[in-house]
Amino acid sequence: MSILLKVENLSRSFGGIHANSDISFDVKEGEILGVIGPNGAGKSTLFDLITGFTKSDRGQVTLREKNITNVRPDLICRMGVGRTFQKLKPFAEQTLLENVIVGALAKEKNLKVARDKALEIIDFVDLIEKRHHYAKELSTGQRKRLELARALATDPKLLLMDEVTGGVDQRTIPGLVELVLKLKKNGITVVTIEHNMKIIMDISDRILALNQGKRIAFDIPKNISQNSQVIDAYLGTIDAA
Amino acid sequence: MNNNISPRLLEAKNEPLWYFNKNSLIIIGVVILSLFLFPFTSPSKFAIHLMMMIFMHAVMAQSWNVLAGFSGQISLGHAIFFGIGAYASAYFYVKLHITPWIGILAGIGISGFVAMLIGIPILRLKGHYFAIATLLIGISFQVVFQRWPEVGSSSGLWIPINRDSPWTSMQFHKSKVAYYYISLIFFVGSFFLVWLLNRSKLGYRLRAIRDQSDAASSLGIHVSKYKIIAFVISAMIMAPMGSIYAQYVLIVDPNNAFNVDISILVLLISVMGGVGNIWGPIIGSAILIPISEFSRIYFGGTGRSIDLIVYGVLIIIICIFRPAGIVSLIPRSFREREKAK
Repeated sequence: MSILLKVENLSRSFGGIHANSDISFDVKEGEILGVIGPNGAGKSTLFDLITGFTKSDRGQVTLREKNITNVRPDLICRMGVGRTFQKLKPFAEQTLLENVIVGALAKEKNLKVARDKALEIIDFVDLIEKRHHYAKELSTGQRKRLELARALATDPKLLLMDEVTGGVDQRTIPGLVELVLKLKKNGITVVTIEHNMKIIMDISDRILALNQGKRIAFDIPKNISQNSQVIDAYLGTIDAA
Repeated sequence: MNNNISPRLLEAKNEPLWYFNKNSLIIIGVVILSLFLFPFTSPSKFAIHLMMMIFMHAVMAQSWNVLAGFSGQISLGHAIFFGIGAYASAYFYVKLHITPWIGILAGIGISGFVAMLIGIPILRLKGHYFAIATLLIGISFQVVFQRWPEVGSSSGLWIPINRDSPWTSMQFHKSKVAYYYISLIFFVGSFFLVWLLNRSKLGYRLRAIRDQSDAASSLGIHVSKYKIIAFVISAMIMAPMGSIYAQYVLIVDPNNAFNVDISILVLLISVMGGVGNIWGPIIGSAILIPISEFSRIYFGGTGRSIDLIVYGVLIIIICIFRPAGIVSLIPRSFREREKAK
């Protein structure tokens, strides 16, 4: 598999806090890369740096060997990088369909074509019956699907998903996980931040573990689960005494 | 995404892109026709004047609504574009002896250009900061025009009365009916322009920016560029009202043309009617302007600001009980009723 995204020594500080320090990793085409780390580890900042929402102090991001460091978010989207947000950002006063049409218009010139494409994606995320509901009327799980659909409508080659199962009830989680796996089947490369360790271990091809803004591990799930630094920082240790 | 089209997807794709409620279209058609026929019912001069003021303020509020309702930017300086429109047509006629009709077009163009120049730096500001910037820029325009000899400084421009060629000079001294029709055409035109904007790709993008600018940006929308576009369109809708008003009163001076009260009034009309809804400015204007005009009649002069007290009370009531404006009292749209089935 060829390298789709390469991140080298990416760093960003806010005042005296090093949100990301010399983070390096790569994402192969077609894989699911999991990003884990305790709260404040710098996971969402990493997404903001890759997608241009936050300017980096140092380091480089390349997409298919093209330097996209500190490029504007809208241009990064047009280059094929979609994203969802940890704190959901639906267009609350618009319907689900209108939300997804906005995404489809990133690539489609014709409104009718964009509408039809949006409907296909809404069907893909299994919300077709809710298409005329306002975003503010949808449940958290449905809003997560909305954000996913909206990002998918931009035809991303790489999709960054920030806590796709965060804040939803247990019954909703399997459907969302299934959706992520469906994305992989459709050839979309996924980088997902996730707190649920069982899910991340099950779906990821590789995992990037962060702690206090630094990379502490980058490996396949099996090795990550046995990595002492990850266990210490994130999974916790069992007191032998 | 899916190779097999499910029946429910097929059904969804067969839906029209936009729903047109036949009854609404008939009502709109009848209202427009009635407005065009209104002068034939021998109305009083005051009635014609009142209707004109309602049309003009509805257009001005619609202009403000394009910026605030579609892209989420609150302007407190929209009088800038009213003033530019007023001065453009007056200057063209008084100084260059060019018909005000060309002056209206020049006013539209200059307003759009000025909006772009102002918009590039200040549309990076968000919320209150943008509002404060527009307020101050609006006041600075007034100060500049007060001290600019070419446009008559504080005295402004006095448009010479011309009784020989009313249509060329856009001066109608015998009857206000011509002014009525001019403002009505702009009123209907601006309504359809905003209606089209609402249904266009630009409309989708602007609403996305209004609701969540970060999310809009993540979907390939250049937020600053589209905010500037909204500002320019908004300014271009506002300008002709200044031109028409100038030709109506035949005096343009900085204190009236760039009066901050205009900026506040168009905001109040939109908020009362409903921001972000094309009907809001029309409803707001139809309620607030008669209050202003009648208070002027009953209390004399400028109405002794009684109208402002009434506005204030109404706005407080609206904000408490109907934050989405009076338009939210209208029965829900066809789409919502369909959804509720």
